[in-house]
Amino acid sequence: MREVAVVAFAQTEHTAHDTGLSEPELIAPVIRAVKEKSGLSTFGFTCSGSCDYLAGAPFSFVSALDALGAWPPISESHVEMDGAWALYEAWVRLQHGDVDTALVYGFGKSSLGDLRTIMTLQLDPYYLEPLGLDQLSFAALQAGALGAPRAALDAVARRSREDGRANPYAFDLPLEGGRSVVEPLKEWDIAPITDGAAAVVLAAGDLAREITANPAYIRGIAHRIEPHYLGMRDLTRSASAADAARAAGVGKAPVDLAELHACFSHEELILREALELPEDTVINPSGGALAANPVMATGLIRIGEAAQRILDGAARRTVGHAASGPCLQHNLVTVLEA
Amino acid sequence: MPSDPVSKELTADHVLEFPGGYTRTTGPVIGRFLTELRDGRLMGVRTTEGRTLVPPLEYDPATGEPVTDEWVEVGPAGTVTATAWVHEPRESHPLDRPFAWALIRLDGADTALVHAVDAGSPKALPQGARVRPVWRAERSGHITDISHFVPEVTKIVSPVSTRYRLTASPSLTRFLEGVRDGIFIGCRCATCEKVYVPYRLSCPECGNPISEEVALPDTGTVTTFAINNLPDPRAPEVPFVSAYILLDGADIPLIALVGGVPAHEVRQGMRVRAEWVPPEERTLSMTNIRWFTPTGEPDVEL
Ligand SMILES: [Zn+2]
Repeated sequence: MREVAVVAFAQTEHTAHDTGLSEPELIAPVIRAVKEKSGLSTFGFTCSGSCDYLAGAPFSFVSALDALGAWPPISESHVEMDGAWALYEAWVRLQHGDVDTALVYGFGKSSLGDLRTIMTLQLDPYYLEPLGLDQLSFAALQAGALGAPRAALDAVARRSREDGRANPYAFDLPLEGGRSVVEPLKEWDIAPITDGAAAVVLAAGDLAREITANPAYIRGIAHRIEPHYLGMRDLTRSASAADAARAAGVGKAPVDLAELHACFSHEELILREALELPEDTVINPSGGALAANPVMATGLIRIGEAAQRILDGAARRTVGHAASGPCLQHNLVTVLEA
Repeated sequence: MPSDPVSKELTADHVLEFPGGYTRTTGPVIGRFLTELRDGRLMGVRTTEGRTLVPPLEYDPATGEPVTDEWVEVGPAGTVTATAWVHEPRESHPLDRPFAWALIRLDGADTALVHAVDAGSPKALPQGARVRPVWRAERSGHITDISHFVPEVTKIVSPVSTRYRLTASPSLTRFLEGVRDGIFIGCRCATCEKVYVPYRLSCPECGNPISEEVALPDTGTVTTFAINNLPDPRAPEVPFVSAYILLDGADIPLIALVGGVPAHEVRQGMRVRAEWVPPEERTLSMTNIRWFTPTGEPDVEL
């Protein structure tokens, strides 16, 4: 297995509303930032993650390439999902051995439409989507199945918002629960509507150490998926997150901190158990998705935040997690080491 | 770089739509389920391991193996395994009033169906609640052929109303004659010397017949009371106070309303006096006494 490391990470100062930036305009600053941080101007491979349904425009991911400069022709790919999976594809591509660098980015403007309606479109079209089952509803069903005490949910929500207020890229959200939206979920249990983007540079082998003093080496990366239909699963557990964590080797050594892609308070409780994270592992010091949720970049940001602590020399071993699909259907776990 | 806020003139609405809807083929498994649904039947499909999937999938979610051709009728009732309560239904939701999303394990199934339950309130739908489908009159082979689910019948409300004709007994008639005339008529037992009010013909303590009438004053002392917060056609307002009042000279208290004083100021030992309606309005009825009101005298040690 080739050594591949995260060598640069950047994200936008996320906003809760449309600032009028086109997608290339939204992405360009983070691409520029990781180019500066890595000292690289071209990359062996480029991969992005986004969802055209967020903008309601087909092939919007293609026009986003205007932010990169796609001439002379570049080697490029796209996943219609969170940028974390674009990072996985880039990691696989670097394993081929013929290129040494990759640019990965993810972006989304969830303020343009109604996210609950848009997320309904990702559901099974025969049994779930026709009911109009929306994103908050299926998350609340999982929270209901879990039956987590309100105090445990509040603790996650409060800590996430407090940490988010200390994160210049995330939101200053009020430290109060808000009204019950779909019971048992209250406002602060739910990730905020967010526009934003993030970018990561991967480098392989010796190049990683030439670029930065503290590369965040990807020592394990794996993803697993479960049946889509909610009633076919035990919603109180995440078997796929647990399998991915085992395959990535999370438990092989202590974890200083973990960035978990939990868009709802109860998801953190489920993920923490699935990843078997001990009490002393710091969870989501960035505030996590509950403090800023640029859909399709949120998972990539979790890996970026986990890597940044190693790049900064503040941590030795971290975990970045990304999720996709209803009720944590699909989970990607990345173990990063100094 | 454009600056915030965005120009309103350059903001427009945009709709993404598939006019006429999106046509999808169902395949043999989902198609069979939806066909049976159109006939008002709920069917599950068996996996090779013998589990029954409802709604059916083409594959066993546990193993990925294709399911068998064996179909079994399930439900129509089922057990709720998890719920989420929707306070504000959205346009796309099946019901236009607050409702629950639920995972429902239909009888005979090994997996849970997701659907809406019209339960009135979240309390009416605990985990383990039993629900049944409400079918649409016009069915087309669509998951929404089940309009929604409703809780099974676990209780009924029986209205009871039976009419009687009552005639006052001689002792009650005598007592009410007193009330008409502004007097409380009691009686004294010759054997045990106890004074009872209202007037009665035998002593509840020793059982001897009583014939001695006693006229009691309309003043007395509150011995105990209750603050009532439910409306009563006989009470003037809510909350109202009903109290035991020991008329001066009596040995047992009389139950009556206390008024003309805030409910929370009524206390044991309070001195009260009957407030009578004007003589020309009186009948042979207890309504001649509006209520007892405080006299303002010092409280009595009981
Ligand atoms: Zn007697």
